[in-house]
Amino acid sequence: MNFTLKVWRQKNRNSEGRFESYTATNITPDMSFLEMLDAVNHDLVEKNQEPIAFDHDCREGICGSCGMFIKGRAHGPQKGGAACQLHMRSFVDGDLITVEPFRAQAFPVIKDLIIDRTAFDRIMQAGGFVSVNTGGVPDANAIPIPKTIADEAFSAAACIGCGACVAACKNASASLFVAAKVSQLALLPQGQQERKERVEAMLAQMDKEGFGSCSNTYACEAECPKEISVSNIARMNREYLKAALG
Amino acid sequence: MTLDAKIPDGPLEKKWDTHRFNLKLVNPSNKRKYHIIVVGTGLAGASAAASLAELGYRVTSLCYHESPRRAHSIAAQGGINAPKNYPNDDDSIWRLFYDTVKGGDFRAREANVYRLAQVSGSIIDQCVAQGVPFAREYGGLLDNRSFGGAQVSRTFYARGQTGQQLLLGAYSALSRQIHKGQVKFYDRRDMMDLVVIDGQARGVIVRNMINGELETYIGDAVILATGGYGNVFYLSTNAKQSNATAIWRAHKKGAFFANPCFTQIHPTCIPLASEHQSKLTLMSESLRNDGRIWVPKQKGDKRSPKDIPMEERDYYLERLYPSFGNLVPRDVASRRAKEVCDQGRGVGSTGLAVYLDFADAIARNGKQWVEEKYGNLFDMYQRITGENAYQTPMRIYPAVHYTMGGLWVDYNLMSTIPGMFVLGEANFSDHGANRLGASALMQGLADGYFVIPYTIGDYLATNKFKPVKEDHEAFTESKKAISEKTEQLMSAQGKRTVDDLHKELGKILWEHVGMARNEAGLKKAISMITALRKQFWSDVRIPGKANDLNPELEKAHRVADFMELGEMIARDALHREESCGCHLREEYQTDENEAKRNDKKFAYVAAWEFGGTGKAPKLHKEALKFENVHLTQRSYK
Repeated sequence: MNFTLKVWRQKNRNSEGRFESYTATNITPDMSFLEMLDAVNHDLVEKNQEPIAFDHDCREGICGSCGMFIKGRAHGPQKGGAACQLHMRSFVDGDLITVEPFRAQAFPVIKDLIIDRTAFDRIMQAGGFVSVNTGGVPDANAIPIPKTIADEAFSAAACIGCGACVAACKNASASLFVAAKVSQLALLPQGQQERKERVEAMLAQMDKEGFGSCSNTYACEAECPKEISVSNIARMNREYLKAALG
Repeated sequence: MTLDAKIPDGPLEKKWDTHRFNLKLVNPSNKRKYHIIVVGTGLAGASAAASLAELGYRVTSLCYHESPRRAHSIAAQGGINAPKNYPNDDDSIWRLFYDTVKGGDFRAREANVYRLAQVSGSIIDQCVAQGVPFAREYGGLLDNRSFGGAQVSRTFYARGQTGQQLLLGAYSALSRQIHKGQVKFYDRRDMMDLVVIDGQARGVIVRNMINGELETYIGDAVILATGGYGNVFYLSTNAKQSNATAIWRAHKKGAFFANPCFTQIHPTCIPLASEHQSKLTLMSESLRNDGRIWVPKQKGDKRSPKDIPMEERDYYLERLYPSFGNLVPRDVASRRAKEVCDQGRGVGSTGLAVYLDFADAIARNGKQWVEEKYGNLFDMYQRITGENAYQTPMRIYPAVHYTMGGLWVDYNLMSTIPGMFVLGEANFSDHGANRLGASALMQGLADGYFVIPYTIGDYLATNKFKPVKEDHEAFTESKKAISEKTEQLMSAQGKRTVDDLHKELGKILWEHVGMARNEAGLKKAISMITALRKQFWSDVRIPGKANDLNPELEKAHRVADFMELGEMIARDALHREESCGCHLREEYQTDENEAKRNDKKFAYVAAWEFGGTGKAPKLHKEALKFENVHLTQRSYK
């Protein structure tokens, strides 16, 4: 298979970027999207040109490093997967594929397709935890949790922090990301003590980082590689309201 | 130098408690005077940094990722062991200890393994308190499943994403300390060197990966929790960036490297499809609970699996090991898979695969039951191979997964460099010659939550630390050496990409230092690696600039170290004239093709001292004493 790529190239945080065209040749359908980029980069290095910089690591859809928009969609044309899990069999031979970084004011571009998502870390630092120190905790089975609740908490906790929800949202809202953590800990008995403070602190930090508001388009859920449900946002809003009402 | 493992005296069950009592304490108000550097934010690094900060130490945490949460612990699927005996199947600390020592083919320290088994229960308690959503029964209590090498169910899990949930737990504890200002965290920093002053580890030099600047971090102790070195093989289940540079450069500064040839090849991975493949993907070992492994009885049988009748199939693990069946330890399962493929009975287009079949489980319990337990793994398989494993058996083949070898540490997890501690996969400590499933998460968190917080206090309390500044010549010299190395890499301007050279190294290692090794092959590998290393330095091509974000340069530094480490792995494998665990020397096998140990000559830890690039390292031996278990030929029959 052969493809034409239009890839966003940007030297650094302060410079202006632009699209450049490349051709990807001799690509096989079983190659992953990142392996296709590896092949393009291999050719670029052989021509002594700088390869396309992109974040990647586990290449199995769990580390959350992938941060690119492919053919106009976060993580490309697939449901429930990160860019590293996208295979070239999802494209048609000869396709023109546009590749650009996730766009959001809170995610500045560092270079080419690499973005700075440390805003997510700062939101977590503001309240995405249960305040327990190491040691001195009760036996694990001393805290029974109904299976349905544990499963629901797990589904929210499966978030990989990639930022596709922000990139897909026209408001660049981080609501789904924040809601996933708020929801996980609001569902579980361990999270009850700091329930009020947590949702307030995390949402305050979210606003501070420059993410937009949620206007219920559900684009986040549609593009989430872990298919995290927007019902978590509803839960977060209820938590926030409850906290505000004291 | 004689190696002193500092294993406490007394009965096995009492060693850790006695030792803890004997360790010196740092009083609470003095803890803030000490500064500890933690490199790496996986399970071991994040749990250590958080726990030490909670105690009051000042902590600097560094990682090469953009966020601590991206460390490769995140990808562990199956679970974490603890002998809670919740299922009432007669588990105990002793049984976990025994299974682990035996599973490691009697090449691990008894005292370390016992301690690991002792603290493992507390890990589960800790993680639950953090809000880790482990799988539960309908009654609300925790669920367990079984893993290879054990006949009890002691594995706690969170669907197929246990590593993710545990890491996010440790990450949340770390985040809390960052918010409090007790931990200073720096992202996208690649450790380039360890700095030793007056015989003490006092800091690290890191490369700021965004602008290429070399930065100095000073502390009173340094903890390396930088993971394993499986990527030396190029193709492995590790993340693409996983590397050995931190431990290798510390090795060059005096830290001994133990048992480098103990590299685990995991039996259940998705087979290699073609040459351009950049990594291999693991399918959790938990699949072996319900999937049955088989190949056709006939060589070269190209029929579709559904057309091969039952009597023409060979469920070889069940045939060879009736009591453990498909749940034999990883090394055994991998070796047998290679054996049937070598006999020409492998399946798939390459013939390098065996079937893992769920037809019986689906017939017995229904598709929904299988889906609930393993759904995400089946999805992952389909995504990669395009095949539906509910309808046709999965194809699997062994792949490099984990390294039991690593920097040598004593019972306190301190390396041969005073003040440098090594945790998690980066050290060699607990798994001997083969790690059992669901034990890596256990060890990483044991080291970080429950061992280092105590043992590091003793080191700090019993040593004096001169104030040092960034302009100390040890730092400036180290920076100069790194800059020269970078310059040498950048100026080679050869013809080959870093990846090409890395792939070639990987092929040499896989062929000669992989699942089966022999003297001639190992000698050949050493000379091939020596030649390739030379070529690397003259023929590598790195575009771009050194003082910029430059992924090719990052890789080049790492591969330069792999080129040296690869040779040491082969040397270690050559010197160990026995088979044990994952280290199979073809010359040393029983009549039934099982690993044949030589306890008289090789019941020791091989700790290698760096002798200079291209020069033979010096071997030091730490004798392993078995006072509580009887050394036997492992049997899973």
